[in-house]
Amino acid sequence: MHAIEVEKLTKIYGKGETAVTAIADATFQVEPGELVAILGPSGSGKTTLLTAIGLINEPTHGKVVIDGATVADEGWLPGLDLKRLRREKLGFIFQAHNLIPFLTALENVMIALEINHLTKSEAKVRATELLSSLNLGHRLNNYPSALSGGEAQRVAIARALANKPKVILADEPTAALDTENGKNVMELLKKLAVENHSAILVVTHDHRMVEGFDRIFHVNDGRIIDEKDNGYS
Amino acid sequence: MNLAIRDIRYHRGRFILTSIGLGLLIGVVMSMGGIYRGLFADALAVLSFTKADIWVVQQNTNGPFAESSRIPEDIKYRIKAVPGVAEASPLSFQTIQIERLGKPFRFFLIGYDLNGFGGPPEILAGRTIRQKHYEMVVAKAMNMAIGEKIHLGLHDYTVVGITTKVVSSSGDPAAYVSLVDAQDIQFKKDNAAIRNDRERIAANLAGIQSLSPSQTTFLSKNIAAITESTHTVNTVVARLAPGADLKEVQERISRWNHFRPISVEEQTKILTKGMIEKARMQLGLFRIILLVISAVIISLIIYTSTIDKIKVIATLKLIGAQNRVIIGMILQQSLLMGVIAYGIGYALILLTYENFPRRIVLEAFDLQGLFVIIIAICTISSFVGIRKALKVEPAEALGG
Repeated sequence: MHAIEVEKLTKIYGKGETAVTAIADATFQVEPGELVAILGPSGSGKTTLLTAIGLINEPTHGKVVIDGATVADEGWLPGLDLKRLRREKLGFIFQAHNLIPFLTALENVMIALEINHLTKSEAKVRATELLSSLNLGHRLNNYPSALSGGEAQRVAIARALANKPKVILADEPTAALDTENGKNVMELLKKLAVENHSAILVVTHDHRMVEGFDRIFHVNDGRIIDEKDNGYS
Repeated sequence: MNLAIRDIRYHRGRFILTSIGLGLLIGVVMSMGGIYRGLFADALAVLSFTKADIWVVQQNTNGPFAESSRIPEDIKYRIKAVPGVAEASPLSFQTIQIERLGKPFRFFLIGYDLNGFGGPPEILAGRTIRQKHYEMVVAKAMNMAIGEKIHLGLHDYTVVGITTKVVSSSGDPAAYVSLVDAQDIQFKKDNAAIRNDRERIAANLAGIQSLSPSQTTFLSKNIAAITESTHTVNTVVARLAPGADLKEVQERISRWNHFRPISVEEQTKILTKGMIEKARMQLGLFRIILLVISAVIISLIIYTSTIDKIKVIATLKLIGAQNRVIIGMILQQSLLMGVIAYGIGYALILLTYENFPRRIVLEAFDLQGLFVIIIAICTISSFVGIRKALKVEPAEALGG
């Protein structure tokens, strides 16, 4: 079973003469444990693709299947609980870390777990384990404002991993980091894809950051123009 | 995890300052309510402390508080004789303003019959008036000490006792003297004026050729006695015997010329509906305006706070947070702010209300009512923020 399956995915903004096709006929699959990059310049449609797979942006046409569950087929399937699916099947990593400023590092991870109905004590144990595994054991009670950019992004990764999602979607996760921290984050994602057997789909415009990825999709003007297999899978 | 508490903990400085500001506003609303009730209490203070059933005043007047009323003192005997009346006692009232310690000193002087009722309701220090002349009992609010003397009319009066919070309908603290002293202070002329009046009467009578010298002397003495008499009072209060019919007693007194018997119920209406109605309405209006201002301020605070958290809300939605998590965060913060601000306002009023120049009466019903209103305002105000929050798209979490 594919972790992500996209078939003829199209997203059109607006109608009639003002209609803009942000993504057209995208078709691909991502397997569990695979690290895939979507590479393209600004405005190429890569974030639209990510948000459609991330159950944020309703596709105009095409089919999206996440972890075997069809979520979109010519639009969202009726009766779909998008929030529950996002909570249970997806993990998100953002360009800016998007940590909640009034929660500590530990609480930022715990909140994702508590939202998914874990008890406070269970959430605390799991969050502490996760943060410690990412070498943040000494930063548990620090607020995001006291963390470095790299540390904050690692907390965000821990939050994305908290509910053991089948798919992790990362939107320019290294954009706010310097080159060294950026590379460290990408290394960490590679490691996590293998360890957690999660499919990780990373959107980026920086080709320097995609070294060692299993596959790279090049996107331009809303179309996947090239798929490169790095031969690591 | 309680996100509202976490946010408050992180932004505690801002939250405390906002709550204090709101608390001060709520304190003002509370004090307005207290003054509103205080107006009632002040207006009815003498009425309730006197514990009379009927106030007999000058005919066609709303005396003795709302209008001037002058009736002869000896009418008390006739009132006592009315079937159903247990006791009757004359009272005299006047507002006095003198200079004391270089400042204007204003009080309400009550003269009462030492053998009747209507005197000080309670003695907090010292004693009640025992001598017929030159002793006085003052309300605590006058800040006078026992033994202190005060010059009124032609004589000095010594404070012999301190009584409780008795005030006039306009809030001036009350002082009690014997009826005779009160009549002297109010009506007795000084010696020069008396001599002047007597000479004027004698000169007028001397101009009447038909009067014999003995008639002139007789008339002169009688006219002087009437003009120099101080046996006038503002009201005679009466208490009814158990089982007596108020209406019947009122009807009997009404039949006499020159007098109007006013029941306590009627007097209460005169005092509250007439004398303090405008002040009451003004205060009521202020309260409403302040509550509206509070509602607008709370709404603005909640809305601004929600706008500040748009990215947080979008992130929460993106990671799958249920609407109740987001609604709870906004609503709980709003309610907490309301409760804390209410507490601050209440503490402020509790600590300061004794020092207000006018009486503040804090009634549990008013305070509870205000609490419910504040909670309702907070709940309704938070809808503005909640509405905004629910419209936030998860996609807003993306991007820089």
